Amino acid sequence: MYRYDAVDTALVAQRVAQFRDQTRRYLDGDLSEDDFRPLRLQNGLYIQRHAPMLRVAIPYGILSAAQLRRLARIAREHDRGYGHFTTRQNLQFNWPALAAVPAILAELAEVGMHAIQTSGNCIRNITTDHFAGVAPDEAVDPRALAEILRQWSTLHPEFAGLPRKFKIALSGAASDRAATLLHDIGLHAARNGAGELGLRVIVGGGMGRTPVVGHVVREFLPWRDMLTYLEAILRVYNRHGRRDNLYKARIKILVKALGVEAFRAQVEAEWGHLRGNESTLTDAELARVSSHFAPPAYEPPSDEDQALAFQLAGDPAFARWAGRNVHAHRRPGYRAVTLSLKRTGVPPGDLTAAQMETVADLAERFSFGELRVSHEQNLILADVRERDLLDLWRRARAAGLATPNIGLLTDVVCCPGGDFCSLANAKSLPVAEAIQRRFDDLDYLHDIGELDLNISGCMNSCGHHHIGHIGILGVDKNGAEWYQVSLGGEQGLGARLGQVIGPSFRAAEMPEVISRLVGTYLAHRHEDERFVDTVHRIGLSPFRAGVYGEAREAVHA
Amino acid sequence: MPRQVIRDGQVRDDTWEMLDPREGESPETVPLPAGPLAVPLAVWEPRREELLARATPLGVRLEPGDDPARIAPDLARLALVCIHFPRIADGRGYSSAWLLRRRHGYAGELRAVGEVLRDQLFHLARCGFDAFVLREGADPRAALSAFADFTEAYQWSADGRGPGLRGREAHAGEPARG
Repeated sequence: MYRYDAVDTALVAQRVAQFRDQTRRYLDGDLSEDDFRPLRLQNGLYIQRHAPMLRVAIPYGILSAAQLRRLARIAREHDRGYGHFTTRQNLQFNWPALAAVPAILAELAEVGMHAIQTSGNCIRNITTDHFAGVAPDEAVDPRALAEILRQWSTLHPEFAGLPRKFKIALSGAASDRAATLLHDIGLHAARNGAGELGLRVIVGGGMGRTPVVGHVVREFLPWRDMLTYLEAILRVYNRHGRRDNLYKARIKILVKALGVEAFRAQVEAEWGHLRGNESTLTDAELARVSSHFAPPAYEPPSDEDQALAFQLAGDPAFARWAGRNVHAHRRPGYRAVTLSLKRTGVPPGDLTAAQMETVADLAERFSFGELRVSHEQNLILADVRERDLLDLWRRARAAGLATPNIGLLTDVVCCPGGDFCSLANAKSLPVAEAIQRRFDDLDYLHDIGELDLNISGCMNSCGHHHIGHIGILGVDKNGAEWYQVSLGGEQGLGARLGQVIGPSFRAAEMPEVISRLVGTYLAHRHEDERFVDTVHRIGLSPFRAGVYGEAREAVHA
Repeated sequence: MPRQVIRDGQVRDDTWEMLDPREGESPETVPLPAGPLAVPLAVWEPRREELLARATPLGVRLEPGDDPARIAPDLARLALVCIHFPRIADGRGYSSAWLLRRRHGYAGELRAVGEVLRDQLFHLARCGFDAFVLREGADPRAALSAFADFTEAYQWSADGRGPGLRGREAHAGEPARG
């Protein structure tokens, strides 16, 4: 992974000093609430229902064991003993004291971490494929380009006051595991027929109040031009994006208003001035950053790897876990493993300090001391020897991290919702838990098969409900919490937005609603057909009939 | 007390007269005071000939939505360009400054005015501003340390600073344009 040099270290230390001074001036009364707000937001600090929330950046989701141990220590000393992994591969602390935040940032800086630009109207954390570098379907390892983007976007002076937040995701594989079509900018790294490295540039995707699948603005951008082209996009957006209405300020609205062709023409005209300038990347820079992502010291395959087949045959519970939570790896004898943060009774994405330390130990013992955060809010050990899987499973299970549910209904993606977030219209965590409890039978859960359930507590869509096979959105109706259900959303290169099925429901109804949707699927599915594929084949009507069929309309608002 | 401006890392008394037509005053007819005078673009465009005929230094003030290209042909005649920040969060002026310096080659004083506070100064300077009038009531002397907040930069900008010798030294492009 990327290791800080003297430049990175100095920059982050200076940011800590700057924020310490800003916090001191605020606490001394020299900075007003209004003047402090944009400063704290650009450093990941929100004021929440109970306390400030500090969002720590995990660049493109990659963490070292030492960094995770530090997060555990901070959780213990400054929070209530846990942290929450987000759908943008970051980590949130929900209970720090404002006055302690500069000290927390200093502790983060010691391990090469920060909270720069994790909120506010600026370029946010760069995200990518959580299987980067190990996925068999990968054409280009996106990590070096992601790190180059991280550096370029960090404290970029021109784009510190954008109309709205700006999210960039990057992928280099045949399958899109980074929701690139639903970001302000999505980038697909690939090689053309001549073997040259380039990027497909997608602009104007996003979720939120106005969900849109992004548009291809450039089919193949030579990689050396990545930063100049992005500067052109950002400059057009910074100058012409709407600033009069918070809900119409994202770049997707500008692209829609201008039309894709006119937007592209503006970007290309701007880029014409920038192309070839000093922001153009060089072979030397790519080589410098790529050297940080060299493959680890993989061992050659050995006879011991054969043991896995016997272990799987001998232990059905292990086999069930391996079937869901273990993934293909490009290197013979290795697999990637997902540690599930979706155990029933625990808020999705939450991890205690003790569990963080266990995961750090597991990463060191089994996966070269590194791990990744997925945008589905789980943790990945990317480089595990096949012969270690049984040992890893036993240890993960003892720590409550081996629920065999990756990609299944109980692997719920969920924002913190109304229990924590001051933006939320409705609670999301209790709904997630009630549904998980309804589907606690593992045989039934596995029979249902792949099903993405996403829950957002408000239109800001942090739970990515628009791309859930089943999406749940918390809405406020006259002060009461209701839940709107959509079907047929999907992530990946064929990303689709879900469609709302009808009137919304009360929280207590939600497990039954999901049961009926699943029942309709089971009654109609073809062999090996996923839930979402059945939805697309037969349409929403049978699902509506299954849910609303019995004259219950009276209770719906 | 005269207006204070931060320029070249020092706090100075401002010698410029800032024309700000009041409600009801027409840009075409508003009286132009004598001496070094900066006027809004809305006054500059209709009164350009009259202003250029004066023997005293001239400046233009741009609002965030004003395209800097509109004054590009006159930049050699201007000693001051002010860019107004009506709100801290409105970052359009950063791009205006970058364009004036890099695209249009403006070399005179480039001043940030309006809702400008200490914590924007580092980024403003990187985008090409070299003069700053803080929000009324803010202490410019207490803000001077902001220019030293960072010694490193991760990206090139209009101040000519960039990531330095981190593998980009081999770049053979044309550095002065943008």
